[in-house]
Amino acid sequence: MENENVKKIMHVMRHAPHGTIYSYEGLEMILIMAAYEQDLSVVFIGDGIYSLKKNQDTAGIGIKGFAKTFMALDGYDVEKLYVDRVSLEERGLSENDLVVDVEVLDSAEIGALMNEQDVIIHH
Amino acid sequence: MLHTINKSPFSSDSFDTCIRFIQPGDPVLFIENGVYSVQQGNRFSETLAGVMKTNPVYALRPDLEARGIAKIIEGVSTVDYDGFVDLVAEHQVNSWL
Repeated sequence: MENENVKKIMHVMRHAPHGTIYSYEGLEMILIMAAYEQDLSVVFIGDGIYSLKKNQDTAGIGIKGFAKTFMALDGYDVEKLYVDRVSLEERGLSENDLVVDVEVLDSAEIGALMNEQDVIIHH
Repeated sequence: MLHTINKSPFSSDSFDTCIRFIQPGDPVLFIENGVYSVQQGNRFSETLAGVMKTNPVYALRPDLEARGIAKIIEGVSTVDYDGFVDLVAEHQVNSWL
């Protein structure tokens, strides 16, 4: 990727999906940036992991769920999805509980990826 | 990479989360309510001492002064706005909101 207009941009999802707007807005921003063909990655840390939880049914709280939109990221060539192993384990979850295929990484591996980025945006 | 933390460690997990991902040598800068992290005698002192073995730690002086924090954990450097700008100019920024 030698094109100087292409930046390495990492989105860090850190909030649970429905209590605040962070996660949803973050996803919107990712989709917009994907349209500009940037080198995107998304890392899920802490409560951010809950956005990917399978079987979310938001009908009862009167809002449109967006977990399925994460499944569409692949179609926008956003394929670098990483999950923090500690955050996953401390919530009693495993990869099988998530709606998309992700790469589960240790803290140090995610830290190293962060240092490669041009821009990091937390949501 | 410069890591900035702007939330009190007592109300947010930004501090605990950030320090798991910093790489050795990365500077960490506390601003806004993040500066409560460096108040001497708080329950984060030991953790911060551990961080300072491998990483330089800074706190923004105007934010400390605004909160009446005079005694800070040993080893933490204070910077003014010019120092903040210097750090940002020198490093990519990872802002742990």
